[in-house]
Amino acid sequence: MTAEVAAAVERAYRHEWARVFAAVARLTRDFDLAEECTQDAYAQALRTWPQSGVPERPGAWLTTSARNRALDVLRHQAVLRRTLPLFVPDGPVAGPEDDLVDDDRLRLVFTCCHPALSRDAQVALTLRLVCGLSTAEVARAFLVQESTMAARITRAKKKIAAARIPYQVPSPDHLAERLGPVLEVVHLIFTTGHIAPVGAFLVRRDLVDSAVGLARMLHLLMPKDAEVGALLALLLLIDARRDARVSDDGRLLLLSEQDRTRWDRRLIGEGIGLLTDALRRRPPTRYAVEAAIAAVHAEAPSWPETDWPEIVGLYDTLLQLWPSPVVELNRAVAVGFRDGPQAGLDALTPLLAEPALATYGYLSAVRADFLRQLRQWTEAAEAYQESLALTDNEVERAFLADRLAEVQLRSGHEYP
Amino acid sequence: MAKYLVLIYGDEREWAAMSPQEMQKLHEAHRAFAAAAGSARLGGHELAPASIATTLRTDAAGQLTITDGPFLETKEGLGGYYLIEADHLDEVIALASRLYEVSAGHSGVEIRPVGTHE
Repeated sequence: MTAEVAAAVERAYRHEWARVFAAVARLTRDFDLAEECTQDAYAQALRTWPQSGVPERPGAWLTTSARNRALDVLRHQAVLRRTLPLFVPDGPVAGPEDDLVDDDRLRLVFTCCHPALSRDAQVALTLRLVCGLSTAEVARAFLVQESTMAARITRAKKKIAAARIPYQVPSPDHLAERLGPVLEVVHLIFTTGHIAPVGAFLVRRDLVDSAVGLARMLHLLMPKDAEVGALLALLLLIDARRDARVSDDGRLLLLSEQDRTRWDRRLIGEGIGLLTDALRRRPPTRYAVEAAIAAVHAEAPSWPETDWPEIVGLYDTLLQLWPSPVVELNRAVAVGFRDGPQAGLDALTPLLAEPALATYGYLSAVRADFLRQLRQWTEAAEAYQESLALTDNEVERAFLADRLAEVQLRSGHEYP
Repeated sequence: MAKYLVLIYGDEREWAAMSPQEMQKLHEAHRAFAAAAGSARLGGHELAPASIATTLRTDAAGQLTITDGPFLETKEGLGGYYLIEADHLDEVIALASRLYEVSAGHSGVEIRPVGTHE
């Protein structure tokens, strides 16, 4: 019974935290008090559910409990000295027709990702307040001391209160520009989790799950927004490969090496459905094109049978929507597969002078791979060494070290 | 309600070199700003050039020193300000983003809440 209750509370923590916290925050107009009351409600659930049983709607139970606790505190507030001014409350969400669901979670996420906050602060607040990660967990994810992260979160809360960043969903004419940073934060949390920059684990499940959960929540609340649907599609299509990305001995597997039977077909189907819907709306967005690239990979029966001309074409589109050296690099990779390693190497050459890629280990790794295929062993070895020097993730390093050993062996055995 | 200072920063030489058309756009934007703000605009002025400024400090001996020029000698300086009353930051952003100085490359606008000590 107790184990069952503990599991139910944990499930409610994962799925209902944002709903409970966001509702209480609108009442308290103070994030610190709302956090306290939300934590109290979960603690109370652990105490009372073993006797009373798990309620039918745990989220509603927790929200009521947290709100009651908040009302109690607010009644006695006259005697408390406030450290922060209250933030600005808001009426119902003024959504155009049914494009938005009136939900406190939307107010919360738009407030946490307000452009007047730095990106670091947006990400930290979103993980702490919307996803309910502890300060220690957020600190670990971004490789900073817990005290540093605590200070960052406190500073961001102070700015929200002192500059009076409103607790509201932006008006329809500002919605598109305000949604941009929200989606970027979700995408950043996902990519940070998907390729943890440092350490022994290639994937940080908690971050990936937080990002997918956020994208699902946004899609639920903004079902008609094509860009939200496209981002969710992208995350699902990439996450579908998670069981196939690392070998049993912990080695990173390239897309070409992955066992495609281990891809999650249910997630792929869901992602493609969302993408099809998003692509029906014009114009295509950045995330839709990225999701389309992931979908082409997901539907290819094998690596050699991938539709490379389609992939190159999609990267061309993406470059127009989202010009970036990293996209150019990925395009060059696809060109290499469409037209052979020499063409890929040629497409890569202009990028070698790109300062934004100077410390990007992946560029050297891709170059090394083309050189390896061209049997230019010495140059390939140099490129692998360069890539190793720029990569901190231990699983990726192990992969590069293997390849380096392979080309070094070959270079010793073949005459120039 | 809260008060915000909208500080308009830019390069004085660029402002001095504006074409009549640019000048006209700038003034039109300020008029549109004033119209949109209405009674929320509590005050505001263009400032005389920084070279006209006088700065007061106290030296190590505790003696008042009066110097010619602004407190900070920078290429971009404070060119003007508005004092705005608003319910929250988004209202001020919506108003201030109308200003021509936001779109001109050398200049920009900073929004600072007026300090409240309770």
